[in-house]
Amino acid sequence: MEDLALLLARWQFGIVTVYHWLFVPITLGITWMVAIMETTWLYTKNPVYLRMTKFWGKLMLINFAIGVVTGIVQEFQFGMNWSTYSRFVGDIFGAPLAIEALLAFFIESTFLGLWIFGWKKLRPTVHAITIWLVAFGTMASAFWILVAGSWMQYPVGYVLNPETGRAEMDNFLEIITSKMLWAQFPHTIFVGFATAGSLMLGVSAWHLMKKQHLEVMRKSAAFASVALLIGSLGVALTGHWLGQVMVEVQPMKMAAAEALWEDEQPASFSLFAVGDKENNRNAVNVVIPSGLSLLSCNNLDCEVRGINSLQAEMVENHGPGDYIPNLFVTYWGFRAMVGAGSLMILIGALGVWFYLRGTLAKHRWFLLLALWGGIAAGFVGNATGWIFTELGRQPWVVYEVLLTRGTNSPTVPALWVWISLIGFSVLYAILAVPAVYLFVKFAKAGPGEETSNADVAASMVY
Amino acid sequence: MDQGILNLETLWFVLIAVLWTGFFFLEGFDFGVGILLPFIGKDDDERRVVINTIGPTWDGNEVWLLTAGGAMFAAFPIWYATMFSGFYLALFLILIGLIVRGVAFEYRSKSPSSEWRRTWDGAIFVGSVLPAFLFGVAFGNLVRGVQIDAAGEYVGGFWALLNPYSLLMGVASLILFTLHGALFLSLKSKGVVCDRAMEVARPLSIATAGVLALAMVWSYVQTDSGVVPGLLPIAAVALLGVVIWLTYAKLFAWAFVFTGLTIVTVVAAIFIGMYPNVMTSTIDPAYSLTVFNASSTTMTLQIMSIVALIFVPIVLVYQSWSYWVFRKRVGPEDVRTPAH
Repeated sequence: MEDLALLLARWQFGIVTVYHWLFVPITLGITWMVAIMETTWLYTKNPVYLRMTKFWGKLMLINFAIGVVTGIVQEFQFGMNWSTYSRFVGDIFGAPLAIEALLAFFIESTFLGLWIFGWKKLRPTVHAITIWLVAFGTMASAFWILVAGSWMQYPVGYVLNPETGRAEMDNFLEIITSKMLWAQFPHTIFVGFATAGSLMLGVSAWHLMKKQHLEVMRKSAAFASVALLIGSLGVALTGHWLGQVMVEVQPMKMAAAEALWEDEQPASFSLFAVGDKENNRNAVNVVIPSGLSLLSCNNLDCEVRGINSLQAEMVENHGPGDYIPNLFVTYWGFRAMVGAGSLMILIGALGVWFYLRGTLAKHRWFLLLALWGGIAAGFVGNATGWIFTELGRQPWVVYEVLLTRGTNSPTVPALWVWISLIGFSVLYAILAVPAVYLFVKFAKAGPGEETSNADVAASMVY
Repeated sequence: MDQGILNLETLWFVLIAVLWTGFFFLEGFDFGVGILLPFIGKDDDERRVVINTIGPTWDGNEVWLLTAGGAMFAAFPIWYATMFSGFYLALFLILIGLIVRGVAFEYRSKSPSSEWRRTWDGAIFVGSVLPAFLFGVAFGNLVRGVQIDAAGEYVGGFWALLNPYSLLMGVASLILFTLHGALFLSLKSKGVVCDRAMEVARPLSIATAGVLALAMVWSYVQTDSGVVPGLLPIAAVALLGVVIWLTYAKLFAWAFVFTGLTIVTVVAAIFIGMYPNVMTSTIDPAYSLTVFNASSTTMTLQIMSIVALIFVPIVLVYQSWSYWVFRKRVGPEDVRTPAH
């Protein structure tokens, strides 16, 4: 009974978080893009940039709405489903959440309201500043939630109080300067640019294929390609860096991501493996020799620890138990993430290349690739990346400090979790319908003929 | 308690009370506007006027809730954990309400279909009624005390939360927010919407005063824990008496100020009445969660105090500025899209 509630609570966390995370990366990137477009309009007075601002701004809002409301669940569910966890970590984990609300959510919501409704009421410069503040707010939000999230991956700056059995803050500075945080944060911000870039490039590509709204869409495709290329290269670079932090502080996650059973020196990078968990080995494994050593420590023959020795070490340190995360999910999640990211780099590079040659609108195969491959890669990369990093931490909820088992709410029966699990899942599935419908509708409708800010004002109100 | 009141725990208790007050004051009229939407907006233009009175600011108002929740987690993790897991199903319904309502504001007018708009109008109504009612029920239970066991866990189950006193508190918050919303509409809208809001405010103010008076009397009987809130509950009802007079004297701006003061007074009375408990145990007073046994460490409270001291004033400044920018009344001409 207790285990069923735990299982359901974990599924619920996974579903609501991955869903939330489908919308948020777009928000993280697209607010910056809209801010840049509006500022360009202010400086050039070219109405094309105003049309771009309004067109992409509308799509931004359709996406923003779902991201905001699903975010409320995120803050509440720690107390609802994970009260034991909340009691244990509250001294450290609660502060960044409260700071996120105070520093980020207020800025985002207040200035987004001013941006939507202030087209006629604010001077153009002030109006442009409001969207910059929203963009800054989304970034601040990402930072503070990652302070909390990174601490679960790599707990620092705390002491365990033996009297209360709780983790207590010892050094706030150490928490907000943790190397895990400073690898995850830039990784996440670049993810935002790459995801928004791929989505915008895909939408622009559709119009370019239809040969309509060419002026706006050519410029948009150029904007989007640059964002996608910079974003996806940044994701790869910071991902590499994050991987090295992981090898150091969470070697089990890296070993799981690679299905590396034994310690290896040099360690090879696995391309395709079929696991044989019963015998703690791979039945099939196609590898690049020395590949993993290169990724882990930038040279070709360092040692990388394998699952079997790490498991033995964990048993020694923490007592008997299975400390190996779900290998199928981590191994293939990691590959899907890296594959999606690589495809995004390719599309971004091609987009920039074709743009520089002035042939962006001419390659139908590329436009099709950007529309279907690029947009899909954004969502797949985000979902699998998130699942990989969270499931790769298991069975720990706070790495090597607190096991996930037993941290759900002891007074919440499985029935309640069933109700909220089904309730949220059904509601989220239903809400996806109008969200996608409106997004596609406005994306297909294309930009308008606006020439002044007053033209935009009327179409923005509720 | 011998810790006195000059300590960080008490400071944070007060700050959390302030955050809830801000939330109920601001989002209170948002809820009221959402509840009145189907009654005051008879056609689409009118309904758009109603929604656009809160359009630019409702989301910022809701952040007061997120900040209150985050501050409870940071400053009193035990309170947060026990209350949020204990009030599970109520919070689930509140979340469902807030989700559909938030999406509805943004999506409603993005398609001309009347069926589409009717659906979202329904979502706004339900998404406003649910939290407006359930927050009252939740706070009613905090005042009344709930079954907290020796481990500090809520063990009373779901149905125990729906006791008559707490349900009455739910009705009281629902009707008080509706009145607050009607008065807000009377200040922020033009034309027929404004007229209807004023008409509705008068009987609502009488009904609200009646319900609150009942809740006040019952509260004095119900509670014997914490500090006695003195005359505050009586003052809250008296303030509503003034609101009745003000609505009949057509001084709607003042009436709005006075419903706001009522909300401030009620929240103050609730929090003072609980202190130093944050969740009173009906099983054994010794099991009650207090500001001292449910709090974070001094270091966390100090860091949070510094952050709050710097940023709460900044938030107040720019949020007030946004109200200043959108100070004008909304009329039908503001929501009609000019034909291209």
